[in-house]
Amino acid sequence: MSSLTDVGPVAATRTDQGEERAPRKPRSGALLGVAAWLIGFLFVVPVLWMILTSFHSEEDAATNPPSLAAPLTLSGYKEFFGVGTGANPWPSLLNSLTASVVSTIIVLLLAIPAAYALSIKPVRKWTDVMFFFLSTRMLPIVAGLLPIYLFAQWSGLLDNIWLLIVLYTAMNLPIAVWMMRSFLAEVPVEILEAASMDGAGLILTLRRVVAPIVLPGMAATSLICFIFSWNELLLARTLTGTRAGTAPVYLTGFVTSQGLFLAQVCAAAFAVSLPVLIAGFAAQDKLVQGLSLGAVK
Amino acid sequence: MSTTLETSRGRGEPPAPPPPPPPSQPPSGALRRSADWARRAPLLPALVFTIIVTQLPFVVTLIVSFMDWNAYYPDERGFAGLSNYASVLTDVNMRRAIWVTVVLTVVVVLVSLLLGMGIALLLDRKFAGRGVVRTMMITPFLIVPVAAALLWKHALFNPEYGLLNGTLTWIWSLFGSDNPPQPDWITQAPLISVEIALIWQWTPFMMLILLAGLQSRPLDVIEAARIDGASTWQIFRYMTFPHLRRYLELGGLLGSIYIVQNFDAVFTITSGGLGTANLPYVIYQTFYQAHDYGRASAAGVVVVIATIAIATLALRTVSTLFQEENAR
Repeated sequence: MSSLTDVGPVAATRTDQGEERAPRKPRSGALLGVAAWLIGFLFVVPVLWMILTSFHSEEDAATNPPSLAAPLTLSGYKEFFGVGTGANPWPSLLNSLTASVVSTIIVLLLAIPAAYALSIKPVRKWTDVMFFFLSTRMLPIVAGLLPIYLFAQWSGLLDNIWLLIVLYTAMNLPIAVWMMRSFLAEVPVEILEAASMDGAGLILTLRRVVAPIVLPGMAATSLICFIFSWNELLLARTLTGTRAGTAPVYLTGFVTSQGLFLAQVCAAAFAVSLPVLIAGFAAQDKLVQGLSLGAVK
Repeated sequence: MSTTLETSRGRGEPPAPPPPPPPSQPPSGALRRSADWARRAPLLPALVFTIIVTQLPFVVTLIVSFMDWNAYYPDERGFAGLSNYASVLTDVNMRRAIWVTVVLTVVVVLVSLLLGMGIALLLDRKFAGRGVVRTMMITPFLIVPVAAALLWKHALFNPEYGLLNGTLTWIWSLFGSDNPPQPDWITQAPLISVEIALIWQWTPFMMLILLAGLQSRPLDVIEAARIDGASTWQIFRYMTFPHLRRYLELGGLLGSIYIVQNFDAVFTITSGGLGTANLPYVIYQTFYQAHDYGRASAAGVVVVIATIAIATLALRTVSTLFQEENAR
């Protein structure tokens, strides 16, 4: 319309149209930025509220309207971790940690060779194999629950953490295969061949050529597998009891209200979610790739 | 777009299923076969493990679904034909559960897709603190699902001191009123309460996928269109949206697969009461509390069939994206 602010080299030939949008941009841009901030804030408020309430006393947590500026205390966490209440969440937290970490290690041990056979030296019909893995992730767990339960009962594996480890491994393997394949596919085969012709040993090739490309991907894959295992409830709820119960199963103890216990619930929810928050923020850049089973980069 | 990229980058794998032939074909058949097995060997442990742990249980479920089998009446075990399916499809609770599953999935997926798209479009622009807002947005997805459901049930929806009603009291008091509306959210709108909690958790998922889609747009082409005088709406309608369509499909289908299976939110927020029991919850109850193995299995098979219908579409979408990715 008025100003002659040209952008880019092409604009020079079409000044009459290219300038039209330039003047209005900053103001609407700022407005949309504010809108983005507001919406982001709205989504994070429940989490902030959870954290704030977890540091309030039970009396201050149960006020209407909410008392934002109430004094902070650790009593919610003390109650959750059993100071004076006799509750003990540690075994379930340890079970969750064991199930998540061990299953993630097994997943990587199985997925990396498989991903190698699907990318660097692909087998025949490798895409069919990829989609077979993917289809297993899409079948609902609940439909296989009964046979797994009966098998566990028959073999004496009920309430055994190893049963969960095996099932979580199967649950995460498709994701890990898809993710690891997409990372391994980025390793240039020419360099691998050149390295082996130059007489570089396998270890050296792995360390110098493969590791720098694949290690970040491996880290992201393990974090995502860790999150999925840590979050799982249905299998753990059905197949474990007092010995092998995981943290989400422990949290189900808070489903029914027990008087004034809001600060304790918030402390419990935050304490159990903290590992996932840390793993999730650490894997932020690769999160989409894992959640979309490697389909989106 | 892709024709120019195909030759310039990557290993140039063909987009179609047939893989590139192995670099050197060994002369004799026996040698080739052993070379084939050497290629397959690293794949086998994962493949065998997956088949045993994920496929065998479904076969057993399928068999049990045709059986009379209740753990309380062990003597009456036998072949039942289709009677379990008949009772699943005629039982009032089961039919209600099928309906709830459909409504829950459709509402949560559609609303979080729409919200996710709006937020992704906002986040695709440059503004101060974009990274911070993106991090804030994904936080709900990083709360353990049971913990998130507990948070909504006790800290937000609680009619006496939950944050929602607390905020209403506060807003009303700003206008000098001491008579704010204090709805009992979960009792008055149980299914909507579950949906709100799930939408809160799944909007970030949709946003992440759609944002990735937006950022994979060919920016030079859009810049050219803008210079040619296309309006923002025209660019969205004719360029961004068609490009996003497959990401919308992918988000919708993956979301559906996860939400059809949802157990945590229903179990925690309403314990399946107030007409919110979906199929996974009813199956869990039928087998875990009623010990009716035959009927639980038949219901399980129904969920699998529904999922296969969605998953077939999902796999087709993933496969298109996958082939494009490999064609580059």
